[in-house]
Amino acid sequence: MRNIWIIAKREFDHYFISPIAYVVAFMILLTIGIIFAINIYFFIQNALQSYGQVPDISPITGAFGFLLVLSIPAITMRLVADEARMGTLELLLTAPVRDFELVAGKWLGGFLFILTIIAVTLVYPLILNGLVSPGIDQQLVMSSYLGVILVAASFLALGVGISAVFTNQVAAFFVTLSTFVFLWWLIGFPAQVLQGSASEVFRYLDMKTHFYDALNLGSIKLADLVYFFSLIALGLFVGTTAIETRRWR
Amino acid sequence: MIQVNGLTKDYGARRAIDNLTFDAEQGEIVGFLGPNGAGKTTTMRILTAYMPPTDGTATVAGYDVVEESLEVRKRVGYLPETVPLYNDMTALEYLKFMASLRRIPDPEERAYETLEGVNLEDRADSYIGTFSKGMRQRVGLAQALIHRPEVLILDEPTIGLDPAQVVEMRNVIREIGKDRTVLLSTHILSEAQQMCDRVLIINKGKIVAEDTPENLQSRLVGSQRVVLRVRGDSDGLTNKITKVKGIRAVESKPDGSVEFEFGAGEDARPLVAKAVVQGGYELLEMRPVGLSLEEIFLELTRDNSAEEETS
Repeated sequence: MRNIWIIAKREFDHYFISPIAYVVAFMILLTIGIIFAINIYFFIQNALQSYGQVPDISPITGAFGFLLVLSIPAITMRLVADEARMGTLELLLTAPVRDFELVAGKWLGGFLFILTIIAVTLVYPLILNGLVSPGIDQQLVMSSYLGVILVAASFLALGVGISAVFTNQVAAFFVTLSTFVFLWWLIGFPAQVLQGSASEVFRYLDMKTHFYDALNLGSIKLADLVYFFSLIALGLFVGTTAIETRRWR
Repeated sequence: MIQVNGLTKDYGARRAIDNLTFDAEQGEIVGFLGPNGAGKTTTMRILTAYMPPTDGTATVAGYDVVEESLEVRKRVGYLPETVPLYNDMTALEYLKFMASLRRIPDPEERAYETLEGVNLEDRADSYIGTFSKGMRQRVGLAQALIHRPEVLILDEPTIGLDPAQVVEMRNVIREIGKDRTVLLSTHILSEAQQMCDRVLIINKGKIVAEDTPENLQSRLVGSQRVVLRVRGDSDGLTNKITKVKGIRAVESKPDGSVEFEFGAGEDARPLVAKAVVQGGYELLEMRPVGLSLEEIFLELTRDNSAEEETS
């Protein structure tokens, strides 16, 4: 377990000298900031006309879904692919580190970086809380942020897994992006067309329903948590298997 | 310390190494010699538990490379051919990272000590990306030494270094090899000759010769080579020598000297001397040259490929 932490720490430190990480952080924080400003503007307008709703945090956390689909491939693409290109994978695979520890360490490093960015956006609920009397729904904030964190963790795990399959970063980026687009937007469509249990299966596979229709509305259900944890396990499993396969080639 | 038995590795249909068997004792420096693509790196990667063999077994420090791979990795220091460095880390950070992965109690202190060992302590806080090839190689070696391994495996440790750095690297390796087992690969024969206690010549995945550098040299002395020098022009001299009885080969060198070869049993030197003097040349020098490891090597690998073509 200590190895996971040592690898994660190196990875985490790496993000702070990596231009891609700064671009990603800037993009996420800027977009979230603009969305927050627009929401505040409409909230004040509505409040003046006295038919407004109580403002909540869900538009801000909701924007994360789209942002994570775009930004996580840029964060994960190099995790294993770049080590393979630089030859340092040979170093890690001949060090006394299990393949799973390597993959989990890479994932944890990326996760800690995304957590840092997400933590910065916590200023918006704090501002909102100050603007509204008697304050905003704290449980909704917690549930929405848990959702954002789980979506990020799942995407990261899948990204690490895909990065371990490829030696080329650009290939890893596009395959990861396509996978996310598929999971987030496309896989839900059959649910609308099909009937009965087939429809249910696709509805369950659709990632955004687990976020928008559940956690981002304040409902924390076991089925949704299981979905996200399964994706994390799947991503790490794919990554570990890809590394083991590399050894056999 | 290293025991290899019938090791075989296939990449798809291509057999990279074929039924290799050898061993290395503690405190021995064994050289792995062969042309590019002979299977040196593949063998080393199996011994460092980077990849499993297709067939055969290998134990390092008493542990099986497949069954007890983590134990093997704890005891082996490995410098791959492409030196595995993170350009965005300083030398000290990098070695600290490797020391922590290897569970060394005080990683920072050990990292610094090891840097001192490879004479890089004054660049400890410089980024590896700014290092010259020789410095990178030394950081790579420091990484392989950081846990003071029982077995050191070095893949082409002197490749790409300038002559002064090569000498320095050889000295460092000889020093290390006094109490540790070192397996190093090279395609430079003089290097194997200078550094190794024993040389394994490998070609097309098979061991074609295994001995001390000295024995290998004397083994192939079925013929004798002599270098000859005359005053002034040596034009036409090769023709004269070729006609002498017993001469197998004559070669004129760019520096004006002539080398000739004859069977070990029949000393052709007096006859050659006579022919030279009768031809009106002034003989300055005639001295025997040993067959170099280079030639032994070419001999062995040539035989091997000829066999393969006929079969």
